[in-house]
Amino acid sequence: MHGPAAKLETDHAAAKKSKLGVILFIFYLLVYTGFVLIGLLDPDMLSVHVLGKQNLAIVYGFGLIVLAVIMGFIYNAACTKMENKMNKK
Amino acid sequence: MIYDVSIWAIVIFMLFVATVLGLSFYFARRTKSASGYYAAGGNIHWGVNGIAFAGDYLSAASFLGICGMIAYSGYDGFLYSIGYLAGWVVALFIVAEPMKRLGKYTFTDALDARFNSKAIKLTAAISTLIVSVFYLIPQMVGAGDLVVPLLGLPHWTGVLIVGSIVILIVATAGMTSTTYVQFIKGSLLIIFSTILTVYILKNGFNLPDKDHPTHSFVTLNAKIDNGQVIGSTDSTYIFKGAYTVDKKLTFVHFEKDNLAKWFKLSKDSTSFSEMLFITTTEDGKKLYNGEPKENRKFFQVGHLTKIIVDGKEVDKTGPVGPFEFLSTMENLEVVRFAKKDIKDAKTTVWYQNSTPGKSMINPGLLYKVSSKSGATFWDKLNFVSLMLALFLGTSALPHILIRYYTVPSQRAARKSTIVAIAAIGFFYVLTLYMGLGASVNGVLDVESSNMSGPLLAKYFGVGIFSIISAIAFATVLGTVAGLIVASSGAIAHDFMDNYLGLKMNDKAKVKAGKIAAFCVGIFAIILGVLFKGMNVSFLVGLAFAVAASANLPAILFLLFWKKTTAKGIASSIVVGILSSILIILGSPTMFEKYGLAKSAAIIPLDNPGIISIPLAALVLIVVSLMTQKDNANKVENYHLDQK
Repeated sequence: MHGPAAKLETDHAAAKKSKLGVILFIFYLLVYTGFVLIGLLDPDMLSVHVLGKQNLAIVYGFGLIVLAVIMGFIYNAACTKMENKMNKK
Repeated sequence: MIYDVSIWAIVIFMLFVATVLGLSFYFARRTKSASGYYAAGGNIHWGVNGIAFAGDYLSAASFLGICGMIAYSGYDGFLYSIGYLAGWVVALFIVAEPMKRLGKYTFTDALDARFNSKAIKLTAAISTLIVSVFYLIPQMVGAGDLVVPLLGLPHWTGVLIVGSIVILIVATAGMTSTTYVQFIKGSLLIIFSTILTVYILKNGFNLPDKDHPTHSFVTLNAKIDNGQVIGSTDSTYIFKGAYTVDKKLTFVHFEKDNLAKWFKLSKDSTSFSEMLFITTTEDGKKLYNGEPKENRKFFQVGHLTKIIVDGKEVDKTGPVGPFEFLSTMENLEVVRFAKKDIKDAKTTVWYQNSTPGKSMINPGLLYKVSSKSGATFWDKLNFVSLMLALFLGTSALPHILIRYYTVPSQRAARKSTIVAIAAIGFFYVLTLYMGLGASVNGVLDVESSNMSGPLLAKYFGVGIFSIISAIAFATVLGTVAGLIVASSGAIAHDFMDNYLGLKMNDKAKVKAGKIAAFCVGIFAIILGVLFKGMNVSFLVGLAFAVAASANLPAILFLLFWKKTTAKGIASSIVVGILSSILIILGSPTMFEKYGLAKSAAIIPLDNPGIISIPLAALVLIVVSLMTQKDNANKVENYHLDQK
């Protein structure tokens, strides 16, 4: 059988972290799907100015990138908290 | 196009290579175990690993391919940036920690952790090899493309140089040296792309003038008789013939001073506009704008014809901020160039295509998804399929997945993914500026969209060009190293050690890995030479689609469906590989490459993901349900939920 390259300790927070990961993934998937659907069903909407002089295509595109980073930080903070709480010896 | 060789570019490139090789030999002395060779001992710091992830991921397709695509097709190129980055969300939230928990050296280990199945070992190893090879080809082709302007050498030497250096890096110290090469390259790429973007913003937008010279295109008045082109009002241009392509474009061949000239007839049939062209003569030689290549008559293109600021037309804007750059872009007129083959005249032409800046920062120039622009059902499905493959492909790439085994813990795996997302996301924002900057500053080489980024750097000076070109070359170097480590792991660890059951000791495993790396490296060199001229982004898209179809359903179902069986996983991998490759081989793009009509394609779809990913998932479900009795023997060493 195959074990990890580095010896890992049992992670009691794994199930909770996994659940949070799935929730955040579904949220991002919905936002991403929204972008694809607008491009597909009403592409003209993407040229509408929504933030100052910036159109929706730019705001949504940059937004998806920035959102991924922000959600990453939130996920890490939440997971670290869970690990510290549930893996106490 | 002929480029001037830059001594500085050569010096910087040699310095980089020397540093990389020095590092490899240094780490080689410390890499004796299989864990050291395949997983860098599992003790790389998460920060270093995160940037190394970026180094692995920001391949030739990202830096060269996306910048080039944005330069030629505007926002549609940026869709790749959005999709590639979104893929990391799947990696972070779903794949990162379980992969770390389940695997040892390769992604096959993780898939097989619950089953100890020969079928999984074999199919996952084959999948790793196929995806890695599809990914290797464009990297090697890109290396050849780069070496032409950088070192002034022919294409095949670039492929050979990259192949040889990478074999040395991987065969000496495996994953440890590869990680540090990726770290250095990833850092440099992001730093110097930022510097290049600052140059772009400082330069602002300019109409061509003495400080920003571009070729002055000739326009002639047309002479038309009974709807037929009969010549020009300028008698110095001798009419030689007119050709209609795609029933709507008319290209006209003239001769002036014994040299060929090609023009395009305007839509209102009143004038001709000058084009770039390459003609193949009867003895097989190529003439660039009517003359041999060395006469340097094949110029760079991409310029502005109108700039409007605050409702007034201006010649230049002066420095602009990052948001002002994008809003100003909406009020410009950009001259892009579209390619057409005139088969009867053995000539390829690139004609001027005046495009509103607004179209450059909205989707639609490359992917026709709007019903107003005549998009069909299949065009729309193609777009959705591409976005799906980009989203799901990242977390199924074997050379990305193996990086989870180089860090000491699940927490480190997670943190390194977040560093990667931040670094890669920042870089992808820069691609929009670099691509658009290249489109308006007269730097484009119509023969190679891949060179848009480096040629834009050259516009700002030889120094930045030298560094950017050397980094671009290093980009290929780093990614190829990662791919060869993944391939050598699939051959030596998954196939020889686990599938064939050779039960090698640590020393033998490292030796087998090094030999496998050498063989894959040689194979990559051969493929890089054979596939010269293939589109880099197309091949990478192919690798993403195959990876997403073959690997992702297997990973997701393993993690989230307890009824998953070994046979289900193995069948899903096989169906994912076969269906995605078969759809690609029968696609319109491939039919065009075979020299057949696009309309004759078996499936009117270029991106297979929308069919092959659900199909692989369906096969996994059906086969798993049919083989439930196998799960009775399942090894329960690794519980995913670890309650």
